[in-house]
Amino acid sequence: MTITAGAFAFIADLVKQMTAINLGPGKEYLVENRLASLARDAGFRDVAALIGRVQLSGDDRLRRQIVEALTTNETSFFRDRDPFNALRQVIIPDLCRKRVATHRITIWSAGCSSGQEPYSIAMTVVDHPLINSEWTVEILATDISQEMLEKAKSARYSQLEVNRGLPAPLLVRHFERCETDWRVVPAVRNLVRFQQLNLAEDFELPWIDVVFLRNVLIYFDTTTKIEVLRRVRRVLRPDGYLFLGGSETTLGLDDEFERVMLGSATVYRPRGAGVPEIPTEGAAPIAGPAARPGLGSRPSSLAGSPLPGSPPGSSLAGSINPPGRR
Amino acid sequence: MLSLLAMVIDDSSAMRLILGRIMRGLGFDVVEAPNGAEAIARLESGIKPEIALVDWNMPVMDGLAFVNAVRKKEQWRDITLMMVTTESEQSQIVRALAAGAHEYVIKPFTPDAIADKLALLGVLA
Repeated sequence: MTITAGAFAFIADLVKQMTAINLGPGKEYLVENRLASLARDAGFRDVAALIGRVQLSGDDRLRRQIVEALTTNETSFFRDRDPFNALRQVIIPDLCRKRVATHRITIWSAGCSSGQEPYSIAMTVVDHPLINSEWTVEILATDISQEMLEKAKSARYSQLEVNRGLPAPLLVRHFERCETDWRVVPAVRNLVRFQQLNLAEDFELPWIDVVFLRNVLIYFDTTTKIEVLRRVRRVLRPDGYLFLGGSETTLGLDDEFERVMLGSATVYRPRGAGVPEIPTEGAAPIAGPAARPGLGSRPSSLAGSPLPGSPPGSSLAGSINPPGRR
Repeated sequence: MLSLLAMVIDDSSAMRLILGRIMRGLGFDVVEAPNGAEAIARLESGIKPEIALVDWNMPVMDGLAFVNAVRKKEQWRDITLMMVTTESEQSQIVRALAAGAHEYVIKPFTPDAIADKLALLGVLA
């Protein structure tokens, strides 16, 4: 440990002021680990020296870099899987019934980090049998970190990143090689619109049908959690859906939400929205035993899907209106 | 409780060691084979793994030939096949999946990547 209690308190205050994220006692290790490479790259001998400079000079660029380094979260494609299976099997069919007058669905990935979540949502939408050319699906992806948004917009992922959580059939269908990396194909990435947004401040957004706010609330204190949930509820349609992280809940924070189980996925809905109709024969899950192939057959998750050689995503290419082309 | 069995097929003893350690850490018993032909011989001797982790480029019988051979046999239809290989071309991944591999991990990988893929496949010890 090289940082003092005073230096940690300074950093915790800085992060709290700029993001409302609460770095409680015991997070000294996080500050040490996350700031080590920033300190090295910026030419400081250690993290303590980096913090000392910011305390003395108030260097805005360094302050922003420190906050970004401490608020960037690990993510992976189809993380936790259950929400994506619920989206595919229950929520999209439900919304396709309820939004038939407008043929418009809006999904928000709040705290999208490096983009794996919004692109996982986009792949789920593009592959969904009910989403045809009549539908406009917009996926809004927001994060407080400009650096993360730039990475997400590039839609470019390393081999290590695509190995995490992404089923191989989806890799070959929705990605193309980009030197040693992989890049999301235009038919998928054009569905996603990125925007910088601080959840801890008031914001204006269009009506949202589904919110993914996963593993974000855990970083806030109770007061801020309540405010964030209130803001989210203001833009969520009365029959909309809210996904939180596995260790998060609205219980005790916002009684206007109620918990609903969709298979093994937990989702929160504005009170009174009820439980949607759960199809007995829904679309196949993203992954799992049901997606395993039988003897001598092509894997079922590849069957009927365009393979490389035909244009990536060609079965739906152009059939979903990307934002700005409505 | 009985452990599930994993077969690690790779001509590199170092890679067999690494994958074997990861799989044991995930609760599997592990058997190894240095190429596809020896792996087939072990299956024919009655060993029945839940999952096989298969390298592509190996002497005697390569990974794709192994996948094709396994998929032809009714009694081996329940074995989950996951390629773990340096072959990273999109066309190669498509070939392996079309032949009947369930998943594909490109080297280098992290232990988490293996665990993630097993969870995707619903194969957990």
